[in-house]
Amino acid sequence: MKRFASLLDRLVLTPQRNAKLRLMRDYFAETPDPDRGYALAALTGDLAIASVKPATLRALIGERLDGVLFYYSYDYVGDLAETIALAWPEPGTADVAPPLAAPLPKPAGAGRSRGYPKDRDKARLADVATTLSLPFDDLPEARPSRGNARTLPQPDASRGVLSPLVGEEEGGGLASMSEDGAAGFLDAGALGSAVGADDPFAWVASAAEPATPTHAHGWRATPGVGHNAPPLTLADVVETLQRTSKLEAPRVMAAWLDQLDATGRWGLIKLVGGALRVGVSARLAKQALADLGGREVNEIEEVWHGVVPPYRSLFAWLEGRGERPESRIRAPFRPVMLSHAIADSEVAAITPDAYAAEWKWDGIRVQAVVEGLAKRLYSRTGEDISAGFPDLVQSFDFQGAIDGELLVGGHSIEGFQLGSFGDLQQRLNRKVVTEQMVRRYPAFLRAYDALVIDGEDLRRLPFRARRERLEALVAGSRSQRMDVSPLVPFADTGDLTRLRSSPPDAVIEGLMLKRWDSAYEPGRPKGPWFKWKRDPHVVDAVLMYAQRGHGKRSSFYSDYTFGVWTDGETGPELVPVGKAYFGFTDEELTEIDRFVRNNTVGRFGPVREVVHQPDAGLVFEVAFEGLNRSTRHRSGVAMRFPRISRLRWDKPPGEADRLETLEALLRG
Amino acid sequence: MAAGVAAPYIQTVRPEDLLCPGPSGLFSPLGDFHIDPTRPVPRALITHGHSDHARPGHAAVMATADTIAIMEARMGAGFSGARQPVAYGEAVTINGVRVTFRPAGHVLGSAQIVVEANGLRMVASGDYKRQADPTCANFELVPCDVFITEATFGLPVFHHPPALDEIRKLIGSTEQFPERTHFVGAYSLGKAQRVIRLLRDAGYDRPVYIHGALESLCRLYQARGVALGDIRSATDDSKAREEFAGAIVVAPPGAFEGRWARRFAEPLVGFASGWMRIRQRAKQGGVELPLVISDHGDWDELTATIRETGAGEVWVTHGREEALVRWCELNGIAARPLHIVGYEDEETEGAS
Repeated sequence: MKRFASLLDRLVLTPQRNAKLRLMRDYFAETPDPDRGYALAALTGDLAIASVKPATLRALIGERLDGVLFYYSYDYVGDLAETIALAWPEPGTADVAPPLAAPLPKPAGAGRSRGYPKDRDKARLADVATTLSLPFDDLPEARPSRGNARTLPQPDASRGVLSPLVGEEEGGGLASMSEDGAAGFLDAGALGSAVGADDPFAWVASAAEPATPTHAHGWRATPGVGHNAPPLTLADVVETLQRTSKLEAPRVMAAWLDQLDATGRWGLIKLVGGALRVGVSARLAKQALADLGGREVNEIEEVWHGVVPPYRSLFAWLEGRGERPESRIRAPFRPVMLSHAIADSEVAAITPDAYAAEWKWDGIRVQAVVEGLAKRLYSRTGEDISAGFPDLVQSFDFQGAIDGELLVGGHSIEGFQLGSFGDLQQRLNRKVVTEQMVRRYPAFLRAYDALVIDGEDLRRLPFRARRERLEALVAGSRSQRMDVSPLVPFADTGDLTRLRSSPPDAVIEGLMLKRWDSAYEPGRPKGPWFKWKRDPHVVDAVLMYAQRGHGKRSSFYSDYTFGVWTDGETGPELVPVGKAYFGFTDEELTEIDRFVRNNTVGRFGPVREVVHQPDAGLVFEVAFEGLNRSTRHRSGVAMRFPRISRLRWDKPPGEADRLETLEALLRG
Repeated sequence: MAAGVAAPYIQTVRPEDLLCPGPSGLFSPLGDFHIDPTRPVPRALITHGHSDHARPGHAAVMATADTIAIMEARMGAGFSGARQPVAYGEAVTINGVRVTFRPAGHVLGSAQIVVEANGLRMVASGDYKRQADPTCANFELVPCDVFITEATFGLPVFHHPPALDEIRKLIGSTEQFPERTHFVGAYSLGKAQRVIRLLRDAGYDRPVYIHGALESLCRLYQARGVALGDIRSATDDSKAREEFAGAIVVAPPGAFEGRWARRFAEPLVGFASGWMRIRQRAKQGGVELPLVISDHGDWDELTATIRETGAGEVWVTHGREEALVRWCELNGIAARPLHIVGYEDEETEGAS
């Protein structure tokens, strides 16, 4: 457990992809089965254990630490899981003492009348938080101020004697922050409803215990700690939780927390809390596994659905001690074939006899697989996303494996219309989907390749032959949710150039060019398939905030938040519309860094606010692939794949673009 | 004389007569001196050399010889008028007030100042820690009536693991990422030297590179008997950036943000501080390798020390006062926050 917690601890603070991979690879190499397998499952999101609710953990720490001290701690740390992990009594520190109650004080006006930050400051903090990639509810404004402007009652210092904090407000409690960032003390009357409410961050002190505030460390005694128990392993935790009832879980958790150090406790709380959120995707974890075995990641993906935690057979195979695990499940995933971006010099070689052209759809690449009664939909990395698209999956009436684009239908009064990528996003990353979602954004599959049909593996056949089989399959299907991506006729590269720059639908992002004779090869072979994207959108935006990078760039301000103009309450003001950290040369980076350092007007940790006035500041030409609506940015828009395409030293910030320009683009 | 047992024939001295918070910090009305004053005063007793406690411009300064040497190294020869070095345990009487310096275990030369008159004993502990530290004398417990404590890490979330374990994490990382230069942010007085010394104690015998700002204090520590091994200037332009691959570079926390840091290969930023216990704090500061090494007591050390002094009354000078006051109250010890403004400047520098 300790080793796993240390891994999570390092991952959460390590921004570089390669460093994350090394941390995971080394962990897998050094950790024995079955711990490493459970760790892998936790990282890929494939670990099925009942989660322990924050309310349970809050109750546990409430039995061990004075409520006021917990409040001060939570106020300082800001994160509930981390506060509990850190404030949990260290092994051997708790003295035996009678339990105490700590009805919490309810100071007048605490958390309400602070008058800080002002709205404008709030907006600025919000921008900075976005820049820092923090969730908004982690903003300083989301909790009573740290340290200085404390509004809790203080002992009467003039007499050198304490006035008891405990008192007046029986059962007064502290509140804490809910997800929307509201902070402060709850009214006593609101406490009842907060207990057991679903808000995972509501902390409520128990008022039911007798008030005898005499104990040692502020911590109450921990009963029954086994000091000589062998170190807790991840397997112990996972296997125990798999057979522990909800009722028993708190007792089991408490015993573990007593045994572990702070990092271990934090890791344990993360593990039982559901999503780990340590900046590792399932794909990245599989890449680390591939690195461990000296294999390609698509080989891992291919066998992935045939193995289960703790993946002993998978590790045995990667370490050369066993056979390749055979896929035992029906309707397995098959690694996909990817394309290269075409270089200008390669365009001339594209002729209609050698290449087929298709539209490049702006959806997500999926693989639809049906075998017997098993129907599955996979993402291009082999993640099973069937549960999010029941409407589409149920409609499959073929046997085989089809490669295509997942798109959603729009909601136009003119009838069926392709939905934008933003619409599609409404349906992504959902474990379950509501009836309303399905109605509003019906999903469908635009097929462009066939890997298997009726049990026959077609991957070695040329594209032309596969395509014919695919067209026949779709023609014979009664599904309303599947069609074939049409071929785009062309005579020469002139045609292609025209088609690419003026596609007939907004949901097209360019052309796909595929050799007629290409076999279906997993990975990204050079030559058979090209993508030729249309030119990006560009906008002139003003640099607002800059953040230091990491690794080689840790002394450079290399991550930029930029904004465009809109009408504020007091005249034109800039709103952030995106963040970019590449697209410039090393020389340009040095120039921008110098500009940032010489024009800083505010500092927030690693972030600097840079001058951004109509007549002073730096304008970037920003290229991007598309726009989504966003509730995260104040501007309401978020860019896809933004990068700095040019530095406009010549352009006064006042002449940069306005938000209306982007909004028009959003409306299509 | 047993602490707190005033003979009945002696006129009782109130704590406020012996020491009280004033506009320039802790002041002794009876003895007419200040402890760690925040502005220039006629007579100052200094607990240790950190810039928030040791300021220039006093007419007379009393401190340990190490602290006086540190003040001179940091502020120049003219940092004060008269100076009087005192040894640990040596009693000095000022206007009828008996003053003794006892080790505080914080940094080289750091002391608690014991102030006594008419059987009342008060201890101004300055900054202190209980964890052993090879670069300074260990904390010495002094039973007293009134204990004046800091509360820099005065919250139950603060627990400092053994410093050597943290140092082993650092050495482990240089083995796991041998191509990256390992930066360690450390305050220039005390922490930097402790980190280097702990590296040696952990068996690390490669050169340790230091930022120019650490040089004079590292030399001072060495001259005063703290062995730091092979330390070299990190600001060596003749070295190619690859030569720093896998090396450990110790510098003040802010240095890694500056252009100075560009001479190193793929830096991995570490920071040695008690604040590193809070993950979010490490993350916001761009710290990849937090090392929880502090020169202050953690929650358990603070509360254990208060308990062991047997003090019936506790004053809290700076830090997270309210939580420590709350703890005292739960344990039936009278406590009050002093709200002394001006401390903690150096310790929080670059910490966020």
